[in-house]
This record gives sequence, C-alpha cells and structure tokens, in this order.
Amino acid sequence: MIKISKLIHDYIKRDDEGNAAGTVRAIDGVDLQVEPGMFIAVLGHNGSGKSTLAKHLNALLFPTEGEVWVDGLDTREEKNLWEIRREAGMVFQNPDNQIIAQVVEEDVGFGPENIGVPTQEIWKRVEESLKAVGMYEYRKKSPNRLSGGQKQRVSIAGVIAMEPKCIIMDEPTAMLDPNGRKEVIKAAMKLNREKGITVILITHYMEEAINADKIFVMDKGKLAMQGTPKEIFSQVEKMKELNLDVPEVTLLAHELRKGGLDIPADILTKEELADALLGKAQSDPAGGSNGDQS
Amino acid sequence: MFDSITLGQYYQTDSVLHRLDPRVKLVGTFAYLISLFVVDSLPGYLLAALFLAVMIKLSNVPFRYIVRGMKTILFLLIITVCFNLFLTPGEVIWEFWIFKMTREGLNFAIKMAIRLSLLILGSSIMTLTTTPTQLTDALESLMRPLKKVRVPVHEIAMMMSIALRFIPILMEETDKIMKAQIARGADFESRNLIKKIKSMVPLLVPLFISAFRRANDLAMAMEARCYRGGEGRTKMKPLVYSSKDRVAYLILLLFFAACIAMRILF
Repeated sequence: MIKISKLIHDYIKRDDEGNAAGTVRAIDGVDLQVEPGMFIAVLGHNGSGKSTLAKHLNALLFPTEGEVWVDGLDTREEKNLWEIRREAGMVFQNPDNQIIAQVVEEDVGFGPENIGVPTQEIWKRVEESLKAVGMYEYRKKSPNRLSGGQKQRVSIAGVIAMEPKCIIMDEPTAMLDPNGRKEVIKAAMKLNREKGITVILITHYMEEAINADKIFVMDKGKLAMQGTPKEIFSQVEKMKELNLDVPEVTLLAHELRKGGLDIPADILTKEELADALLGKAQSDPAGGSNGDQS
Repeated sequence: MFDSITLGQYYQTDSVLHRLDPRVKLVGTFAYLISLFVVDSLPGYLLAALFLAVMIKLSNVPFRYIVRGMKTILFLLIITVCFNLFLTPGEVIWEFWIFKMTREGLNFAIKMAIRLSLLILGSSIMTLTTTPTQLTDALESLMRPLKKVRVPVHEIAMMMSIALRFIPILMEETDKIMKAQIARGADFESRNLIKKIKSMVPLLVPLFISAFRRANDLAMAMEARCYRGGEGRTKMKPLVYSSKDRVAYLILLLFFAACIAMRILF
C-alpha cells in the first residue's frame, strides 16, 4: 500500500528578513512499508518527524531526497497528485480547522464534490459515510454544535466519502477529552476491520496503539523501532530512552518482573495481566502466600 | 457574552417561500426594491404594501418577529424623516425657532418613510426565509455570467461560505482571549474611548495570529480533500428551477408590470 525508501525531508529555516538561513532535517533516511488493510500506529514525541512523515503520504509535502509510493503511485509525479490525495485521505488534529461547510452533510459531500462525483452518488456516499462513523442522525446539524469527538468523526466521514484505500490520521485525538478519544479510535478501528481501509494513526497516546497491527516509533527524524505492539512495548527501557511511555499495565507488569515475579514481558491489557497473575497464583500457591506475608 | 448570537436571521419553518429557489428570492427582492422607486403615488405604495403583506402571509414567519428586526433601524428611519421634513425648501406650513416645516418636505418625508419601511421589510423577508448557504449558492449561480470577464465567482462564493462558518468560531475565540486578558488584569470596561481602543490591541493581535493559523490549516485540509477551485466540481445540492419557481417569476413579472403601469397612470 505504502512504500517509503530512504526518505529525507529538510525544512528551510528563515531569518527575520525571510532569507534562507539553513535547513532543519525533519526526516532523516526513513524506510518503511505498509501492507494493505493494516492498522498502523506511529509513535514519537513532539518534533520526532511523525507529522512531517504523515504529510508525505498525502502529497502535501514532497521528499527532499528518497521516494514515497502510495498504492503504486510516486508522489513526486505532478500528475499523480490528485489521485494520491483521493486514495490516501487525511484527518488532521484540529477538527474546527478542517470542517468547511455549515451543515454536517454538506461537509461530508465536499470531498466527493471536488473529485466530480455525480449528485445522486454524492448523496449515497454521504449517507454511507455518516452511518459508518455513527453520525447519521446529526447530518442536518451545524458542526459548531457538535462535541470535539463528534466533529472529528464528521471529518473522518468526509474522508471516507471519497472512498480512499488508506486513511492517515495526524493526532486526531490530541484536542479531545477521553470520551471523544474513545469514539474516534473506535470509529477508526471499525473502518479498518469492516471496510478493510488501511489506517495509519499518528498519536502520542500509547493506549491507542495497543490494538494496532504494527507500530512504528519515530525519534529525531529516524525510524527508531518497528514491530507488533507486544514487541515494542515489552522493551520498556528502550521506550524510556526515547522519552516515550508504555501503557500503564505494561509498566506495572514490567515493575513486577523486575521485582522477581515470573510473568511474560509483553502484557498490554488489564485482562492479560490478571490472567498471568492468576495463573501464577494457581500453579504456585506457596509462592503466592509467601508474597502475601512479606 | 456571544451566546445569543444567531447567524443571519433565518427563521426555521416550512412555507412556500422557504421552499422557493433562492435565486428567485434574490431576483425577487431586487425587483421589489426597484419597484419601490418606480411607483411614486399613494395607490402605487398601496400595491407594494399589499404585495408585501401577501408575501409575509406566505412566509409563515410571525409578523411580530419581522417587526422586531425593524427596531434596530428605527433610529435611522426617524433621522431620515426629520432631515426631509425640515431641510426641504418650499412653502412653510409650520415654524418653530430655526426649524421650518414645508409642504414639500412633509410630502417627501412621508414617501421616504413608507419607502424605507417597505424596503427593509421586503429584504428581511428574503433573509428570514433563506439560509446563508442558499444565498451564497444563489449568488454564485446568478453571477456565473461574470466568469467570462474573469471574475472569480466560485472563489468569492467559497470565501463567503467559509467566512460564515468561521464567524462563530472566531467569536468564541475572542471571548476566550478576552477572559484570559481579564484574568491578567486587562481592563475592557473602561469608558474612556482612548483606553478602550488601546485595550483592543492585546485582543486583536492574538485573534489575528490565530485566524491566520486557522486559515493555513484549513487550506491544507481543503487541498488534502482534493479541492482545486471550481473546475470539474459537481454539486451535492444543485439549484434546479421547478414549476413553482417559474410561477413565482411570472407573478414577479406581473407585479413589476403593474408598478410601471401605476407610474404611468397616476
């Protein structure tokens, strides 16, 4: 679906008069590949280059060096531009700054209007997209009256109305409250599972990355780690070096292991931890009671 | 502080006028405004008033609601009437200190008052029955011929609708910045005009910076959704004339003809 090889991107730094005063390397030699239908999470702290990377996938930014291929299309080719933007939709951080129309359904119809979809078909797509994110009953409302999570779901509907193969979400939950975050992640997961749309979720909430098929960790413009959530989060020490947290449960399990308890290193959810501890207690009742006494 | 604001003055209900194509309403309003200056006699004004009364009835908007909108321009109306009343030269019929009321002035003032009231009522019927979005659509469609002389019609309409969308957002933001500045001891309550203007600076600077940032974000989001101007764009809600719109045009034409006839006859 997406292939990036040896990608380098430099921002031009300007002084007060607007003259080029040097460059900042935001992305420094990234190679990665995303298979169709995957749910990908990209982690990294501020300034690690993850947003810059995302903008390359939608041809909003172009490589300084290296190549980005989206569904077999090279982003450096001018003629591919609109095709790429249609196939790889993008959801941004601030929901207010990406909703264009004054009525929900009109905003969802904006993308299809731009690519010249016939009127009847637009209505069909708008209905389907709004239903897919559970916002159909709000279709006549003004976006200003919705909560952050609802607005972000409208933005997602606006992207899927263009029938993309891939959705890139650039910290879609950063400005939302916990409930809104859950709504948005649930909607994204559902699209991935039911419609087979490739989702690339850029986030700094570790909990959102647990259910991903694969995680990429960015640091200082480089790809620092990649692997399944279990592979990534079991390396607690390395994540700490990169100034990243691991999910609280994983951290607890890690501390327990350090304390001498023999449980797996790749625990991600409360249920897994409970099972592991329960299994421990049953197979080794003496050890368990010893622990209680001390 | 901005809770009470409603955009435009659209009155949500269902009526023949609400369902009419916005282009008809726009053209109709213009025709009505012109007709007010075509007719120049009492019977003519009666005809115009009657036409308006029928429209108000058809619009299903409570008369009280329409008149409430008139209050804001009452002051303007009074001033215009006074100016005409006392400053028109002619045969003096009443005199007090330096004020001289003339017969011509009285005549003129009455006409002016009728004209202005009908004019304002007439245009508010349009804004009450048409959403801002419909209005921009109608404008875009009616101005399409101007495209030939390189007027960016689609872009103007797009800017208008984006502006409408962002007004409440920027209002909310102003409110937020204001509260933040008050928390740091800024004084927005001062009655001193110069102080008042000065206190606007710490409000406007952050507001402008944020507006530019939003504009930048929005442009990027629009590009990401394949926006590239009006070329090759389809419409989700295209404007299509139906039979009732044609009937409405016919009625307008008849009314306008009647106005011209009035002018010639009286």
